[in-house]
Amino acid sequence: MEWSVILNKLAEGMVVSIVIFVLTLLLSLPLGLIVAFGRMSRNFLLRNFIKLYISIMRGTPLMLQLMVVYFGPYYVFRIRLPNEYRFIAVIIGFVINYAAYFAEIYRGGIESMPVGQYEAAYILGYSKTQTFMRIILPQVIKRILPSITNETITLVKDTSLAQVISVSEMFTQARAIASREASVLPFFAAGVFYYIFNYIVAFAMEWFEKKLSYFR
Amino acid sequence: MALLQINNMRKSFADLEVIKDITLKVNKGEVVAIIGPSGSGKSTLLRCATLLERMDSGELIYLDKKAAYTDDSGKAVYAPQEILKQVRGYFGLVFQSFNLFPHFSVIKNVTDALVIVQKKSKEEAYSIGRELLAKMGLSDKENAYPYQLSGGQQQRVSIARALALNPHILFFDEPTSALDPELTGEILKVIRDLAAEHMTMVIVTHEMNFARDVADRVIFMDDGVIVEEGTADQVINHPKQERTKAFLNRFNN
Repeated sequence: MEWSVILNKLAEGMVVSIVIFVLTLLLSLPLGLIVAFGRMSRNFLLRNFIKLYISIMRGTPLMLQLMVVYFGPYYVFRIRLPNEYRFIAVIIGFVINYAAYFAEIYRGGIESMPVGQYEAAYILGYSKTQTFMRIILPQVIKRILPSITNETITLVKDTSLAQVISVSEMFTQARAIASREASVLPFFAAGVFYYIFNYIVAFAMEWFEKKLSYFR
Repeated sequence: MALLQINNMRKSFADLEVIKDITLKVNKGEVVAIIGPSGSGKSTLLRCATLLERMDSGELIYLDKKAAYTDDSGKAVYAPQEILKQVRGYFGLVFQSFNLFPHFSVIKNVTDALVIVQKKSKEEAYSIGRELLAKMGLSDKENAYPYQLSGGQQQRVSIARALALNPHILFFDEPTSALDPELTGEILKVIRDLAAEHMTMVIVTHEMNFARDVADRVIFMDDGVIVEEGTADQVINHPKQERTKAFLNRFNN
């Protein structure tokens, strides 16, 4: 097979990887914040339910979680889902897994905020929502950005786990070509692709961190 | 006219009774200094008065609004949130550690609540903010961020921030305690200027000379009670109570 064909196939896979990456981030970052609130809730049941959820998400392999989300509806409830569910299952699996990690990062950031910031806002008459959105959250984002960068870079590489339910992202493509050609080169090519992807991600995050360096 | 009336305030943390039946009235235009050893309850009194802490029992009245009263069972009952929100509009508080918003520029720190809470236009808020910054001698710092300022400058911004909302009473919780000694003077001068304009103020402070100069009334607190109260001359220069004398002696040595 020609190199151009190989690269074409890998690029096709990369588009799928990028879509998984972007959708996961877009959905799990806000969901993580909501989960963090549940984790910090004064309601005993809610707080412990969220604790259990986070502990399962962090304590079991993401690969297994993807399988449960994909195969679960059929094997547990005998529900037959259309073929498109394969991709949806990947997104659901990634989002609930990453939301759990992000939630703990948010919680760490929120709990590290000095109480004086809340008190100053309270005295000035800000509502609770205004206090959180205007005063607390912008400072939390700056504090947690390095941890978010870490997770984001892990996510780029984790997209390769989608192969476990046969979603043809980049790694699935590389493996298919490699077995057809009896060569390991497609894997190395995929490795380079992942590296470039992450280089761009790291560059973007660094730019964002710099943008937030106007305050301390 | 009384702007603030506190009746029989009590407050405990777990088993420790920090405020034991304190009654205090602040009239319009008055400058009240609260002095006393650390752990005497003066900061807690201020935090209860500013609604940062809830008292266990007692009455808290600002102007015409009753923020809290004691019910038949002896427990403090607070007014509904809408009333408390109005009450919070009556006073300002300057913190020991400034508590400026680090992600806001100086002018935004001073004007944000005007826009967000008082719903003033940005133009009006900025003109109020600039006037106050000029008064604080910080006109050239309008676009600076808090971390770029000295402690004294930060505290002046926080005073401007509190004044911007045009409070009836301004509370100060040890406003110079977090500052290097050479920076306390600039803050004390600002407070003196405000006193000259008859701003009503309640100041918890360790600066005895300052309290003597600026306060119309000095309150000496110890162990959760008001031990002695009177003019600065009466309390600081001619204390009657043994505990006051002992405290002031420790200060002078």
